[in-house]
Amino acid sequence: MNMHSLILRTAGHFLLPLLLLFSVFLLLRGHDEPGGGFIGGLVAAAAIVLYLFSMDIQSARKVLRVDPRDVLGVGMVLAVISAIPGVFRGEAFFTAQWWEFTAPLFGEMKLSTVLIFDIGVYLVVIGSVLTIMLNLAEAED
Amino acid sequence: MMMSVALPVVLPLLFGALSVMFWRSHFAQRSLGVLGTGAMLAVSVWLLADTWEHGHVVMEMGSWPAPFGIVLVSDMLAAIMVVLTGIIGFATALYSLSGIGKMSEKFGYYPLLHLLLAGVNGAFLTGDIFNLYVWFEVMLVASFALLILGGERAQMEGAIKYVTLNLLSSMIFLTAIGLTYGLTGTLNMADIADKLATVEDTGLITVIAMLYLVAFGVKAAAFPFFFWLPASYHTPKVAVSALFAGLLTKVGVYALYRVFTLIFNQDVDYTHEILLWVAAATMLTGVLGAAAHYEFRRILSFHIISQIGYMIMGLALFTPLALVGGVFYIMHHIIVKANLFLISGITFVMKGTHELKQMGGIYRTNPMLGVLFLIPALSLAGLPPLSGFFAKFIIIRAGIEAEAYWVVAVALVVGLLTLYSMIKIWAEVFWKAQPEGVETDDVTSGPMIWMWIPVIMLALMTVAIGLYGEPIYQMALMSAEQLLDPSQYIEAVLGESRP
Repeated sequence: MNMHSLILRTAGHFLLPLLLLFSVFLLLRGHDEPGGGFIGGLVAAAAIVLYLFSMDIQSARKVLRVDPRDVLGVGMVLAVISAIPGVFRGEAFFTAQWWEFTAPLFGEMKLSTVLIFDIGVYLVVIGSVLTIMLNLAEAED
Repeated sequence: MMMSVALPVVLPLLFGALSVMFWRSHFAQRSLGVLGTGAMLAVSVWLLADTWEHGHVVMEMGSWPAPFGIVLVSDMLAAIMVVLTGIIGFATALYSLSGIGKMSEKFGYYPLLHLLLAGVNGAFLTGDIFNLYVWFEVMLVASFALLILGGERAQMEGAIKYVTLNLLSSMIFLTAIGLTYGLTGTLNMADIADKLATVEDTGLITVIAMLYLVAFGVKAAAFPFFFWLPASYHTPKVAVSALFAGLLTKVGVYALYRVFTLIFNQDVDYTHEILLWVAAATMLTGVLGAAAHYEFRRILSFHIISQIGYMIMGLALFTPLALVGGVFYIMHHIIVKANLFLISGITFVMKGTHELKQMGGIYRTNPMLGVLFLIPALSLAGLPPLSGFFAKFIIIRAGIEAEAYWVVAVALVVGLLTLYSMIKIWAEVFWKAQPEGVETDDVTSGPMIWMWIPVIMLALMTVAIGLYGEPIYQMALMSAEQLLDPSQYIEAVLGESRP
């Protein structure tokens, strides 16, 4: 698996944080513009996979810190839970709920169940892609 | 706002997600399995009560109004199916406590179980034809994975046939949806039914109807698209087989009932005549296939096919009584068939094989299991006073009233042959002496307690439906009335938004 390429390894080191930041950017931008949880999750997973290619499985697992299956589970629970708040306001499941508030520095902000759902999707994509990739990489070794 | 219609879909999704989250702990997954399916059974009974009271229960998901958003609709038929899903799901979860093994749990048996149940309930409750496709896919993805849990060679072989045929059917289904959308400009089933009434080109409607017939015919394992079923259902774990046998093909039957009562009721003479031929051929091929086999679960698989024929016959005759019979038959069949598969799991633990030739003597060592087998087996064959007798009786009577004598004759012959098959299993597995020279593993009955409880539960239900069938009959009657008067459904979904 380890390709011993200095260029790849250096690039992997520098690209990992950039790609992760970019994936969060895509996730948050996705509400009104192209982007969203799915594509953001794919970018984040690709970042880790690039790191896996340039290093090895152990260091990829280490940089991930948690088991991808946990990420998958938490993401699924978040996505399902985001359907529920609407019910407490007497509306149907999956009805989007919005909270507006003013935060210092940022000014007026809006939070919604849609964001929770998207974060859930983001985590599910990361979790499932990495579960598959890491298992394949381990099978190859 | 009626929550009851969304909960049977949301709860399994939630419990599925939770059991992914706790994937490390076998105990947590098992508890979530039993709790989740139990909760699902409870809310499905709630939904049935709501539907019984109001006729139709509708919820517009995300508060997007019909026909633009996706609606969940429960009428009596859907509510009954959801309750049956709850019963079978709960029985399977209990059975899995001692019947599934740690290896399958490690590879995600419980999350897949919840996902499958969510897909099945979603398919029953959705009021949107494209959403129905999505739920079919959810269900299929989960069932593909469940089918190959364990990874034995026979399972892979069965799974390939299963996957290929079902993907083909999905493709045809999608084509039919595309044509429907092109014709009516809507995907909401009530709206489609409403708009089709004004479409001039009735020839094209019939073509689309036949595409749906093929697509759902494959899912329901109707003639001539049944061969994937006996090729795959005897390969997975017994709990998985029972779940599939009880629920999956019935989703196809349900979809046939839905579209051929709500949407395609213009040219009944043509479409339902074809359905009637399909029904007769399905009954015959299924039962004849069963007669030729000597593997426990293969025989049962072929009988699923022949029983699907009776259900389609109820739809094809298209009289109030026939639909009552069809719905009654579905209720009876799901419980009985799942139970027979569960029993095959117990005999497998006792004898270590599914081959009838190598089994025997169980009645001597375990008369209770013999009785527990005879209840669903004789009910399947239609002997009074069990549930199957009334189901067959209503359908055959409807056939005589509709003067479709040849199909009645087929149904009666198939009933007789079913009895032959059941007696064959009884004689080989329970009655004859254990053949010499065949090793049997004697397993202690300690952890098997969880296998017995669902079997007893389902057998009691079979007896109860037979002895005290009036409420079941009333429910079937109400669903038949609703099916024959689609304007109620359309009114309930589109109600205010219609001009």
